[in-house]
Amino acid sequence: MKKTMDFKNWIYGVTLFFITLSGFAQMPVFKRYYIADIPGFGWLAKFYVTHIMHYSFAIILIVFVTYNVFDYFFNRSMTTVKLTKTAYIKIIMIMGLIFSGSLLVLRNLPGVFLSHSTIIALDLIHLGLCMGLLAAVFYSWIKKKEWYD
Amino acid sequence: MDKAKQRAKLSRRIFLKSSVAIAGSIATGFNTASASTPLKAEKNEPLITLLDISKCIGCEECVYACREANETKYPNPEKPFPKMYPPRVKVEDWSDKRDVTDRLTPYNWLFIQRAEVSVDNEDFELNIPRRCMHCENPPCVKLCPWGALKQEKNGLSRIDSELCLGGSKCKQVCPWDIPQRQTGVGLYLDLLPSFAGNGVMYKCDRCYNRLEKGEIPACIEACPEGVQTIGPKQEILKKAHALAREMNGFIYGENENGGTNTIYVSPVPFDQLNQVIENENGKPHLSKVKNMMKDGTTLAKAMIIAPFAGLFAAFGKSYLASLSSKKENE
Repeated sequence: MKKTMDFKNWIYGVTLFFITLSGFAQMPVFKRYYIADIPGFGWLAKFYVTHIMHYSFAIILIVFVTYNVFDYFFNRSMTTVKLTKTAYIKIIMIMGLIFSGSLLVLRNLPGVFLSHSTIIALDLIHLGLCMGLLAAVFYSWIKKKEWYD
Repeated sequence: MDKAKQRAKLSRRIFLKSSVAIAGSIATGFNTASASTPLKAEKNEPLITLLDISKCIGCEECVYACREANETKYPNPEKPFPKMYPPRVKVEDWSDKRDVTDRLTPYNWLFIQRAEVSVDNEDFELNIPRRCMHCENPPCVKLCPWGALKQEKNGLSRIDSELCLGGSKCKQVCPWDIPQRQTGVGLYLDLLPSFAGNGVMYKCDRCYNRLEKGEIPACIEACPEGVQTIGPKQEILKKAHALAREMNGFIYGENENGGTNTIYVSPVPFDQLNQVIENENGKPHLSKVKNMMKDGTTLAKAMIIAPFAGLFAAFGKSYLASLSSKKENE
């Protein structure tokens, strides 16, 4: 059980790290602030690379989240486990990120038109939820809050 | 001959050419529009432009018409510009070079590219009006992190100068490096002018405001030679292919970057034109361009499968667990 949790935490951590990094790399800041000049970080200034990375880690995140949601319901022993408040907050943030992100992916398909105000709202919501999730993750980390009570 | 006289002469030519164009349009019954013909509202099909570069005489009438029509959209930067950090962030100021017409700038959204080329012992002197290609799936619009660019159903893409922060990502993801930046203008001045943003990006918006009124873009209307035609996609594509067959010519823009809403037809292969044109900042190339958004689109399709993969994995795990507990009970 512990090994499974460690493996899950590892996947969650790695996915969250790269999806956030590639997400922030959608803004032209890494080149401006010399981060992309650090050897090995040049890809952070390549927008098509970070775009593909963001999508790839989004796929991993969606598989991971749906696996955990269904596993929660299928695995009877888990239903007796109570989620913590920070876990609920993180789940809401992640769900919001997946929902807003999916709409942005849809918008990027050829021939799909969303209204300009919807796109701006989605961009801001997606960024806001990401900041919120990062704050919740750091809070849980500092206060040593787990997913389950 | 001074410019005014030259333009006046050209205006008379426009009148004559326009009359011919209108007569031709009535005779053929096409819904397409070239100089001085009104653009009919069409079904849900994007409008695309066809440029027959064998006709272009390089008079720059389109360039000046573009300037006149879009003058109110041009930047009026506040000076001195805010000091920007880190120092690698450079000011891009075209406000004192507004007259430049031989490349794309924030004040010049269309220019004429010259090409002199010899093919099979025949010499060609071609003039190519260059501006935004208005891609079918424009990376500039789709990848802007702020949604400052928009694509309209009629096939044009444009930058909202009220929202753009001038980060220049649109230029970097554009296969032709079309958008051009002007520092000292726009929303970034009200946010963190020294630390984020650097002005506003500008490019051809295919005269969206004229199209809204049923008028054709200024460059098309002004052309004395009828180089450009605008109309519904399928109709224009048919026309482009017919024209290419007729002149034994070549097409550019139909498949570039997965398809664009600007189609060039030339009597000379575009790879040969590309070798002789000036290709530097503000002067786009004519090379083949792969579909830059294709990998993203493929991954987006894979994303649909992702929740099912998660469900399948959870179900598999649960099924295997129930099998092993059954065995234990037996």
